[in-house]
Amino acid sequence: MSLINVEKLSVGYDGNAVEKDISFRVEGGDYLCIVGENGSGKSTLMKTLLGLIDPLAGKISFGDGLKKNEIGYLPQQTQVQKDFPASVYEVVLSGCQAHFNWRPFYNAQDKKTADMFIEQLGITDLKKRCYRELSGGQQQRVLLARALCATRKLILLDEPVAGLDPKVTEEMYELIKELNDRGTAVIMITHDIAAAIRYADHILHIGDHIFFGSREEYINSDAGSFFLKKQGGDEK
Amino acid sequence: MMEKLLLYLSRPFVYYALIVGVLIALCSSLIGVTLVLKRFSFIGDGLSHVAFGVMAIAAVLNLTNDMLIVMPGTVLCAILLLRTGQNSRIKGDAAIAMISVSALAFGYLIMNIFSTSSNLSGDVCSTLFGSTSILTLTSTEVWLCIVLSIMVVLIFILFYNKIFAVTFDEDFARASGVKAGLYNLIIAVVTAVIIVLAMNLVGSLLISALVIFPALSAMRLFKSFLSVTVFSVIISILCAFLGMIISILAGTPVGSTIVAADAAVFIICCIAGAVKGGLRR
Repeated sequence: MSLINVEKLSVGYDGNAVEKDISFRVEGGDYLCIVGENGSGKSTLMKTLLGLIDPLAGKISFGDGLKKNEIGYLPQQTQVQKDFPASVYEVVLSGCQAHFNWRPFYNAQDKKTADMFIEQLGITDLKKRCYRELSGGQQQRVLLARALCATRKLILLDEPVAGLDPKVTEEMYELIKELNDRGTAVIMITHDIAAAIRYADHILHIGDHIFFGSREEYINSDAGSFFLKKQGGDEK
Repeated sequence: MMEKLLLYLSRPFVYYALIVGVLIALCSSLIGVTLVLKRFSFIGDGLSHVAFGVMAIAAVLNLTNDMLIVMPGTVLCAILLLRTGQNSRIKGDAAIAMISVSALAFGYLIMNIFSTSSNLSGDVCSTLFGSTSILTLTSTEVWLCIVLSIMVVLIFILFYNKIFAVTFDEDFARASGVKAGLYNLIIAVVTAVIIVLAMNLVGSLLISALVIFPALSAMRLFKSFLSVTVFSVIISILCAFLGMIISILAGTPVGSTIVAADAAVFIICCIAGAVKGGLRR
């Protein structure tokens, strides 16, 4: 059974579909990249997967022991967070609330989990620092640690390298790859087709044509070769 | 001066006022941090005007205990304002401005037309700026204030972690199964309760200051959510206490004196924050 199985899904706001007939599957340990032009509905799709907005049609089923609120989520940065007084530890620990139900406080297990991921992502010496004073790359690591506290099975990343410089971008991609190698399934929204092809094993392309398949299939498909040429042309 | 102070402190109405003042300062600063960070400060401001309007109705109806109508009325408006504020940002802002200004206008209108009191402008002034009502509290009102304050503090402690999560990143909290809508509702209701309580102390026009200043001051100096919350409570209690003592000794209006103290502390915190930041560089 797959972690997530999406069948003929339509996503959008207030009854207006941004994108229709999306179908794909994510198995444990997969690395799926969602690519497509601006405004093609990538973020809307992600919000639907997270249950923040309701699907307009179609079905999303969770399996393999994955519960709906067990998805770790790395959102795009919000305006509020730019001047929010919170220590790195407080932010990471808040990811553990996914297991709270009605329990009001963190227990020893939560604190251990948070410490573990703080160490794993190499931000131990930032633990007491204020989140808003960190660099973009450090902030992303903190949010990634928080997402992992929510679950180890599946993380959703929304443009995780937006606004990062090339070196930090590279580090971020390597870090995500490392997590994936340890068995966490990854769904990543990205503009960066080159990175998608380098790291992902499956690609979901949404836009005028919807494509879902393995990386090799994508490179050879019409949608993929067109998009690849276009991006390659832009960059060179 | 000390003798004068001791003389005043031996009167029950003075220490009633001190107890209530400190409790209100405590509650308003607790909720203030969240309101400022969630960009909800405008809800506090809007609600205080609504409370004025409802209070005017209560005054006209000649109710013996106006809390009974002011509290539910304001809580209801808080829920409404929260809904409109969430649907669409710009429209929500305009809706709140509209509701709060009309509540103010209608409140004054109603008081003016149906007033039974001989000193109308005095009544209006004391509702807006809270001049003397803090010194005329009955023991029932004091107990009501104590009970409500304890409830606010308990709710805050119990939901502290959830409130942090919802304030820091509502989408993430929602995605990980925290019922963000419910906690926004709790925040709005608690805000309404605090504003109605605080009207006695500083009057409806100055409440926002009580809610916002301690949080902003603490944010200049501290870097974690917990330390900001704790420090803003300390600032708020200190300012309320000092403000009340000064106003008793110097005969100044209570509300304005407290807010002036809050503003002064904010400026001190700004300077201290700038110096601290400068030293690190």
